[in-house]
Amino acid sequence: MAIRGTEIKIQGLTHRYSSRTGVTFNRVDLVSPPGEALAIIGRSGCGKSTLLHILAGILKPTEGKVLLNGTAITAPSPRWVMMFQAPHLFPWMTVAQNVGVGLSFGRWSKEETEERVTEAIKLVELQDFAAANVQDLSGGQQQRVALARSLVMEPELLLLDEPFSALDAFTRSSLQKDVRNIAKRKGFNIVFVTHDIDEAVIMGDRAVIMAGSPGNIVHELDIDLPDPHDRHDTAVQALRTRLMATFQEAANYKKPESATLAA
Amino acid sequence: MSSQTATVGGGVVSAGVSGNCLSRAIKSTADKSLHFFVGLGVLFALWGVGIYIVTLNPTMSQFVDFGPLPALKSLPEMWENGIIPKALSSTGYRLGAGLGLAIVIGIPLGILMGRIRWFQRLTNVPFQFLRMISPLSWEPIAVVVFAGWEQAIIFLIAIASVWPVAFATASGLAKVDPAWFKVARNLGAKPWHMVTRIIMPAITFDILTGIRLALGVAWIVIIPAEFLGVTSGFGYAIEDAREGLEYAHLMGLVLVIGVVGFVLDSICVLLIKRFSWHRG
Repeated sequence: MAIRGTEIKIQGLTHRYSSRTGVTFNRVDLVSPPGEALAIIGRSGCGKSTLLHILAGILKPTEGKVLLNGTAITAPSPRWVMMFQAPHLFPWMTVAQNVGVGLSFGRWSKEETEERVTEAIKLVELQDFAAANVQDLSGGQQQRVALARSLVMEPELLLLDEPFSALDAFTRSSLQKDVRNIAKRKGFNIVFVTHDIDEAVIMGDRAVIMAGSPGNIVHELDIDLPDPHDRHDTAVQALRTRLMATFQEAANYKKPESATLAA
Repeated sequence: MSSQTATVGGGVVSAGVSGNCLSRAIKSTADKSLHFFVGLGVLFALWGVGIYIVTLNPTMSQFVDFGPLPALKSLPEMWENGIIPKALSSTGYRLGAGLGLAIVIGIPLGILMGRIRWFQRLTNVPFQFLRMISPLSWEPIAVVVFAGWEQAIIFLIAIASVWPVAFATASGLAKVDPAWFKVARNLGAKPWHMVTRIIMPAITFDILTGIRLALGVAWIVIIPAEFLGVTSGFGYAIEDAREGLEYAHLMGLVLVIGVVGFVLDSICVLLIKRFSWHRG
């Protein structure tokens, strides 16, 4: 499974749901190099999930564009795949069928599909459950299936919208490490939205903080640590404290007078 | 999932049918069979007693052939002289054609009703209105519109069965998790993938439930629909037996109609169980 990363360029991105609603975020600019794990953190309502949905091509921006190695994202594609807060598995399918469902939408041979599905299931360590119905799995296992379903597409960019927030602490911690390990091994980019400062430090290479209304990126912090990012490591804890302080500072962020709506 | 095994920590944990499970299954089957035969026995006993009481009056003695024993005795004879096989084949063909048409029209109609809000709003009142019209009241119109009685009866079956299929499909679709469409689109699904890979498997249970209801309605409608204009089928055979004063044949045919209806319904129940992914 050869996955490559991509350069993400967000240029002047503005979004509003309708002319009657306020602007979600205004003129967001961001660049993420190939292979980076980027955390987007911020309080509810600052537009971070909307930004992620635009990156996935599920929502369209009001203004601006997102480029992946120069290609504009205008619609969903197997090249950029999103993993949601809930696994949303198809309950009439087995684990293997769920993992391979994206491939069944494309023109993949049976042999290639089987090979990629087997490898993806192995990556998330669910080999023994390949033939099981997904309703028989625990929440953590179901989220692993959702992860395998995304990985099997060999995306250049994996987008995660608070994917572990509904899981227990042990499962969440294990999946955070696994996702980062797999992303680093395969070299693809991840962009994830989280409320959890620990998650940002453990999974990310860089964290950007969104705040304000309309939202924008108000701070960013490099998480320049050697792998693995262990939560008990003093360097990780120091960065966590720094990020928390930055996050609290961002909570008091006031929109500059000059920041007017592009529309 | 009964034979599934999972490896945990190097050991194999079997989720297969254990001794307890097997004995529970045998007990449950025995219970069901007991209820089935006792229920059937009570029905036959009431039928027999009813006819016995009626025929105590000497002026009603000709009704003795309406009893269960003459009806059961007439079955081998009607099978041998071809009455039952011919009726099965003719009624079966009309039922299959009418129900087939209802499924082919009803499922897409239900999908449109379930997926497109304006279509659902636009069609709700007219469809509810059409649904409430007794299918048999279409018979005089169908005879005028179609070239023969055969097509007219198939039309009646189709118009009687299309509504349960369409409304069950629409109701199933309304329960589908919208996130499944978002996930599928995110993984590159095209519109036809949405229909074949997501919508259809998700609502198979509801469609089959609708087909089961439609089959019940169609089976009720087809017998009176065959009373006129055709010279085959169970409806015709009953009319023929009545006119020939062959009451044992008449009741034997009623028995067969009940058995066939019961078998068809049981097949639907099995299919619903087979294709249902709902747990609990």
